[in-house]
Amino acid sequence: MQHHDIPGTVVFDGTQAQKGYALNAMCYSFNAAANRDAFTRDEDAYCAKFGLNEEQRAAIRERNVLKLLAAGGNVYYLAKFAGILKLNVQDIGAQQTGMTVDAFKDMLAAAGRQ
Amino acid sequence: MAQIVGAIATSHIPAIGKAIAEKKQNDPYWKPFFDGYDKAIAWLRQARPDVVVMIYNDHGLNFFLDKMPTFAVGAAAQYRSEDEGWGLPVQSSFPGDADLSWHVIESLVADEFDIVSCQDMAVDHGFTVPMTLMFPDAGGKWPVKTLPVSINTVQHPLPSPARCWKLGRAIGRAIESYPKDLRVVVFGTGGLSHQLDGTRAGFINKKFDLYCLETIVKDPEAFSKLSVVDLVREAGAQGVEFLNWIAMRGTLLGSVSKIHSNYHIPISNTAGATLVLENRAAVQTQAA
Repeated sequence: MQHHDIPGTVVFDGTQAQKGYALNAMCYSFNAAANRDAFTRDEDAYCAKFGLNEEQRAAIRERNVLKLLAAGGNVYYLAKFAGILKLNVQDIGAQQTGMTVDAFKDMLAAAGRQ
Repeated sequence: MAQIVGAIATSHIPAIGKAIAEKKQNDPYWKPFFDGYDKAIAWLRQARPDVVVMIYNDHGLNFFLDKMPTFAVGAAAQYRSEDEGWGLPVQSSFPGDADLSWHVIESLVADEFDIVSCQDMAVDHGFTVPMTLMFPDAGGKWPVKTLPVSINTVQHPLPSPARCWKLGRAIGRAIESYPKDLRVVVFGTGGLSHQLDGTRAGFINKKFDLYCLETIVKDPEAFSKLSVVDLVREAGAQGVEFLNWIAMRGTLLGSVSKIHSNYHIPISNTAGATLVLENRAAVQTQAA
């Protein structure tokens, strides 16, 4: 990846794609309802089936988006995990920025008044 | 000969699809966004397209990291809508035009764009939301054939703005060399500025978006000077979907004029936008 100095931004490049392959493969499987159900029924077994490493397993267990990204997760696949948890992109935005969901929504609206 | 009569750029945010399914167009949150589509829909209706070329990005429905094409072109008789995992209603399949697809594929490869061709392809919200937005009365019976062109905006390295512009030029040449009399409208979907991930989540850049909305009409080659990193910085990590708009604009080989645009913040985490462009053939060929 070309060098970048963009704050608060993980560029999903080859390094991240290799690191996160198992995690993203699991999240990609959540396109299918049967797989979402299988995860919900037995989370440990489902993660083991995809070979998640300990860092990825812990980040899934904690439902921590920044840790999932650090473990190589890509936000488009992670969104399918968030779907199982019934979290939308404002919920995960609030979690990543340490804001309340209302404060995060206010910040989005404020961008329109600039 | 086939003719590109114009183009439509539009956001493809999943929440739009949900709002349509739940008939929320007149809710105070949604009204300023949906009102911006009335003129676009009216223009599209009078444009009477036979085919929509949909330039979009897949977000992890048809493509995974096991095989990630930079540019992929559909070559199927039908394109499936499928469950994406978070509740967007599945649409009825979209008709394709395999003959046109293979013509475009032949032309692109001859033009040194070594694309991936797909005879089996599911299309996600990047494709389905613009279709439901722009054909609100379809009721599951799509009035056009479709030709999906997917650009990788998921895994870096992404194609540069200059490369996407050239891809658009090549698609324009391909369509306009097709011998059947078809009216074609090109869609470019996604954007504008947004970022879903990282501590910069929620980033929106109105100033850059307004620059893009103006420049893509008047001076689209200006974007060829930007790098992908420039786009990530200015438009956000997912705002790089603007590459689809650049390729869309590239397909318009004639004299281009703006019919309509709308811009509204926020829709979900994104600056929602639409733009309608008309394309008049540069050299009028007289029909016998």
